[in-house]
Amino acid sequence: MALLQIAEPGESAAPHEHRLAVGIDLGTTNSLVATVRSGMAVALSDDQGRSLLPSVVHYDGAVEVGFAAQARQSLDPRNTIVSVKRFMGRGLKDIAHVESMPYDFVEAEGMVKLRTAQGIKSPVEVSADILGALRDRAEASLGGQLTGVVITVPAYFDDAQRQATKDAARLAGLNVLRLLNEPTAAAIAYGLDNASEGIFAVYDLGGGTFDISILKLSKGVFQVLATGGDSALGGDDFDQRVFCWIIEQAKLAPLSARDSRLLLTHAREAKEYLTAHGEAEITVRLGSGEYVDVKLTTAIFSEITKNLVQKTLAPTRKALRDAGLAAEDIKGVVMVGGATRMPQVQRAVAEYFGRDPLNNLDPDKVVALGAAIQANLLAGNRAAGDDWLLLDVIPLSLGLETMGGLVEKVIPRNSTIPAARAQEFTTFKDGQTAMVLHVVQGERELVSDCRSLARFELRGIPPMVAGAARIRVTFQVDADGLLSVNAREQTTGHEAHVEVKPSYGLSDDEITSMLKDSFNHASDDAFRRALREAQIEAQRLLEAVQSALREDAALLSTLEKAHVENLVARLQGVMIGDDRRAIDNAMDALNKGTGEFAGRRMNQSVQRALAGKKVSDI
Amino acid sequence: MDFGQDHYALFGLPRRFVVDTAELERLYREVQARVHPDKFADAGDADKRLAMQWSTHANEAYLTLKSPLKRAQYLLQLAGHDPQVEHNTAMPTDFLVEQMEWREAVIEARDAADVAELDHLHHRMRKEISTQYDALHQALDERADYAAAADLVRQLMFQEKLLHEIGDALEAVDA
Repeated sequence: MALLQIAEPGESAAPHEHRLAVGIDLGTTNSLVATVRSGMAVALSDDQGRSLLPSVVHYDGAVEVGFAAQARQSLDPRNTIVSVKRFMGRGLKDIAHVESMPYDFVEAEGMVKLRTAQGIKSPVEVSADILGALRDRAEASLGGQLTGVVITVPAYFDDAQRQATKDAARLAGLNVLRLLNEPTAAAIAYGLDNASEGIFAVYDLGGGTFDISILKLSKGVFQVLATGGDSALGGDDFDQRVFCWIIEQAKLAPLSARDSRLLLTHAREAKEYLTAHGEAEITVRLGSGEYVDVKLTTAIFSEITKNLVQKTLAPTRKALRDAGLAAEDIKGVVMVGGATRMPQVQRAVAEYFGRDPLNNLDPDKVVALGAAIQANLLAGNRAAGDDWLLLDVIPLSLGLETMGGLVEKVIPRNSTIPAARAQEFTTFKDGQTAMVLHVVQGERELVSDCRSLARFELRGIPPMVAGAARIRVTFQVDADGLLSVNAREQTTGHEAHVEVKPSYGLSDDEITSMLKDSFNHASDDAFRRALREAQIEAQRLLEAVQSALREDAALLSTLEKAHVENLVARLQGVMIGDDRRAIDNAMDALNKGTGEFAGRRMNQSVQRALAGKKVSDI
Repeated sequence: MDFGQDHYALFGLPRRFVVDTAELERLYREVQARVHPDKFADAGDADKRLAMQWSTHANEAYLTLKSPLKRAQYLLQLAGHDPQVEHNTAMPTDFLVEQMEWREAVIEARDAADVAELDHLHHRMRKEISTQYDALHQALDERADYAAAADLVRQLMFQEKLLHEIGDALEAVDA
């Protein structure tokens, strides 16, 4: 590829220095961490050689994560949190099958919480504990502190769910380089592995979420054309169907929390067994003394889960249509997620696309491997020719509530990110001085059918007759798919301005206080860790600025250059000490002091990209 | 960055209605390869912010120039001839009558679940739209007749919407 022949502004890592970066697949059922080692993406295993970490956390005195927690599941279901991903950014009313879950839910504003033996836990904290276990595994395996991570999220996750995931990473002390959509991660792993070109579909049925993405792969660019899905549909639902079927067959009375969990575990095992066998024997002795002995055949299993499989095809059709394509335009269908092992899913996908799906990458690992490749690139560990670009989209439209509870779409779904759009609104009453802005996400016309993301008030509008004020509302979606909203009243001479960053369940203050709490508990360790993080960040910034100075000092006047060098020296001076605040301040100053320089370099870079292609040549 | 720079200038393309879309896509990718936030994930905050702004701008410019209708509206706007699509709804009577007839035909075919007829309507509408774009090319690139171009843009908004609705009807009947 010829794109990288001249030095890139972002490319600053010295060739010999390898930064520790990992990709994390934070799954509903299992999680993984992977990294790029000697040019190869590999999943990192625990000390017993297992790469999958069950996404299970047990709270009782000590915090246990993974297999140890899973072992507690049947004995202590209330304090053993499984499939917490389903609760991320969700209120109690959004969660399916609440009645059969053994938890003590606490309804909280924005996001549900869980009461455990170790106090009330938000799904963000539970996820942070899983991320923490993966971080420890990675740091032990790589022998150092991580520079940055890429965490994958279902493509169909909305803003609340994405924000919750990012909050969990912050709580686990991770530097998030990017939130990456799971099917896109799989496409990276698959596409780079097979040097594929053309249009591909990624069908990703995980433990609790379903995504379908349509991508165009060409000349090192992965462009997502459309995405769709269902953020509450996955392998867990198949377990649930089997669970209900067993209850029906064995005519069981209402179950205790422990028996429910026990039976669900057997249902899951039967489902997995049926991938390679014609029938599964389910025999369980329940705590109630009842004895279950039923036989589940593949035919019955297909029948009772038929509409779940069908439910994945509706978003698939919609995504194809959004991309302006038909099933026959697809060159290959990449299967991702453990639930795609089920034969009835394979059959349905093959039938719909009229071709056998691609299964040559481990569906459990492919997302983490793709995330690791992306993390490696973003951390600056670029090898020659190792340059490709990812253009992703937002999955759901973003809009504002207007009169009558209707939604005015501001950024439509499947817009390439980052994206920004501004819209003008006006007052409807004479002398109106404030306006409430209600930000929503979803495809439906009515506000009540969409997800409410944030509500904020714009004050200080000068009193005018109705319809005279001009309020410009700007939506900005960043490369993580996260939204920030900005409103401005712009009649002559009067300006009011407010900025919101929607955050769910956890405010910035809450996160800070949680972090402080954890510092107090293990103060020395945590303090050193935070200091080390600041130092790593400072080092990264210094390298970036120094590399920029080496390449483009000519863009600065002597005076400007001296000023930047001054700020560099100041940061160098404080970063070896242990005053974290001084390091933060010096970084801030250097960031601000190089803003103009960065702008000039970016301009130059774009001009170079287009150089030699004069109007007359086109 | 010069945010006042127009979308054509960003990609170094001539300000014309007819655009080589393959070339546009190539230039878009080339610009994104330079400015995308992924290229600055390990850089300082100033770089990150700029990358987001540039990349957003490139996406917006590409989106505008890729669609012939958006492109035409944009050219009119650059020429200082706002087509006033929201306020000016005046249309020639024969065009409106024609549109009503179209709409009736679509509803009839949809209610009868007549896929062949819907396909036929879809094909005819696409042909009509394509003729309109030829006329738009003449008006904008050859004659600089912005008033005529604005009229065509307003009509095309109707027609593109109708085409979309025929697609919806096909989808609904097919399902």
